[in-house]
Amino acid sequence: MEDLWTVAVAVFQLWIFVVVFFITLPAMFGLSLGVTSVYIQILVKLLEWATIRIQRGRQEQPSVPAPLPNGIIERAEGSMEEEMEQLRRSRSLEGGEFALSDALYFCKKGLESIVDDQVTQRFSSEELASWNLLTRTNQNFRYISLRLTIFWGIGVFVRYCVLFPLRITLAIIGLSWLVIGTTLVGFLPENSVKYWLSEVVHLTCYRICARALSATIRYHNKENRPQKGGICVANHTTPIDVVILANDGCYAMVGQIHGGLMGVIQRSMVRSCPHVWFERSEMKDRHAVTSRLRAHVAAKTKLPILIFPEGTCINNTSVMMFKKGSFEIGGTIHPVAIKYDPRLGDAFWNSSKYNMVSYLLRTMTSWAIVVNVWYLPPMTIQDGEDAVQFANRVKSAVACRGGLLDLAWDGSLKRGKVKDAYKEEQQKMYSRVIVRQNSISATHTRRDDQS
Amino acid sequence: MGSSSSSRNKIPNAQELMDQTGFSSAHLLRLRDRFESLDRNNRGYLSRDDFEALGGLAMNPIGGRIIEAFFSSGQDTVDFSSFVRILAHFRPTDRNRNKEGTQQELPSSRTRKLKFAFQLYDLDRDGKISREELLQVLRAMLGLQVTEEQLQSIAERAIQEADLDKDDAISFDEFKKSLEKMDIDTKMSVSFLK
Repeated sequence: MEDLWTVAVAVFQLWIFVVVFFITLPAMFGLSLGVTSVYIQILVKLLEWATIRIQRGRQEQPSVPAPLPNGIIERAEGSMEEEMEQLRRSRSLEGGEFALSDALYFCKKGLESIVDDQVTQRFSSEELASWNLLTRTNQNFRYISLRLTIFWGIGVFVRYCVLFPLRITLAIIGLSWLVIGTTLVGFLPENSVKYWLSEVVHLTCYRICARALSATIRYHNKENRPQKGGICVANHTTPIDVVILANDGCYAMVGQIHGGLMGVIQRSMVRSCPHVWFERSEMKDRHAVTSRLRAHVAAKTKLPILIFPEGTCINNTSVMMFKKGSFEIGGTIHPVAIKYDPRLGDAFWNSSKYNMVSYLLRTMTSWAIVVNVWYLPPMTIQDGEDAVQFANRVKSAVACRGGLLDLAWDGSLKRGKVKDAYKEEQQKMYSRVIVRQNSISATHTRRDDQS
Repeated sequence: MGSSSSSRNKIPNAQELMDQTGFSSAHLLRLRDRFESLDRNNRGYLSRDDFEALGGLAMNPIGGRIIEAFFSSGQDTVDFSSFVRILAHFRPTDRNRNKEGTQQELPSSRTRKLKFAFQLYDLDRDGKISREELLQVLRAMLGLQVTEEQLQSIAERAIQEADLDKDDAISFDEFKKSLEKMDIDTKMSVSFLK
């Protein structure tokens, strides 16, 4: 019994030694031993082999449906006018007014949305073009070959028994270091040493957390990194976005004060450098929120604010409407595009399906997180542009850079219904098709200008 | 790993559905996934608010009508078989099936498609589109963008054109006749990817 105990203690000591010296210390200095990149390369090769194997297997079993990551139907891409024109061409009347066939256009569009719409699919994980040997992404993949199954089995063992404990240890170390470090720094008086120390503490802790996820982050265009006094906006996929961005610079976070562990972390963070935390009641008052943020930005020496204008997590295939609130504060906007590689791990947090803890557990048992971050050149609001147009401009830039689809839908459609304004827009378009013809032929039509 | 066989088991009468609608088993599996993602509360059936949550449908001027087409009279829920049967109307028409002559007519045949479109107009399902019903659909499609007089004149013109037996309503045959030159097969089909 005692021998077992001494053996266990020795293993534990070795474990801590490995973790501290090979992972934590290099993280403090921003160095890397290169183990993760080798790991990723091996994984990518393995997955490519698996893809080819599965495709071969699928040819032998044609009844299994192929994965369709872009939706299950093919839509005709035409405007309302073009499609109605085609519907009416068969009629003998030219410049026809209303035709009974017009309803068919709306009918088809409606059925297409029922079968496959652009929004609902954004709130569930992206369907992969090929299986990546994780049980959770296994949709309709059947037993193909023995070797594939063996690799899957090895994968399960490696992920759950080797990587997972390592990652948990690192996460605990990282978070406790954040709390302790920031509290200690908080005791110093306000001078440049304090700022420098606070930066070191924050960076170290975020780097340790990134290692805890086996995250490989590639930053592009570092010259456009957000400066002090600016506002950084990015597309939102997961709470981990914060860790990803903060690995390369310090930001002032914005958010609601939570209770429990999150609350402890938040309260200690704010001791060392000014983050903007709101009480729940304050969040409802948009005016108060905006003025506080404005005050923060106006003091040009404070860290750039990090905001996610979509308001909710989207699955990283598209960018949804940026809420205009962040763009009304003033100041320079530094857009950032974040794109995760879906093959090695699904980073999207489906908050309706998983709570935070199970999400983190799932992330820590995936292969790895590989992410590309692009810093875009700063943008400011131009004359004659209102906040909504500015928000859309920034959104298009982010979508274009990140290779994401630019959607005009509101992310809060996850939980609520769409506004009537969209229906009115459709009605307006349709009336233009009809009334345009009518005004030529009818004698006494009054055209209401409803713009 | 073999989850495909288990998901086919989730569809109780898969073979019957395939025969009656013409969907392949791969399509049925996809539709099953779609049904489950629309069914937000995992109840096993869909209700009207599940449909209304779809942005594309909520902004569709006749979205309400399309939703109603899924619910048979008096019912408030749509189960998977009804869902698939309605969607089957929008499969591309298989011309070859009819030549075999054996089975009953598929939902995706031209006549059944036209019947579906007819019922978008004919709310009370009495087999005729009355002037009032036509006005209602027009009002839905145009909203507040046109005046009452314009609506009336549009409806008047439409009825005059299509109403051949001059009974001031459009019957299903008159409807068919006015759409006879149209390529219903493609215009009323949703192309499902293989």
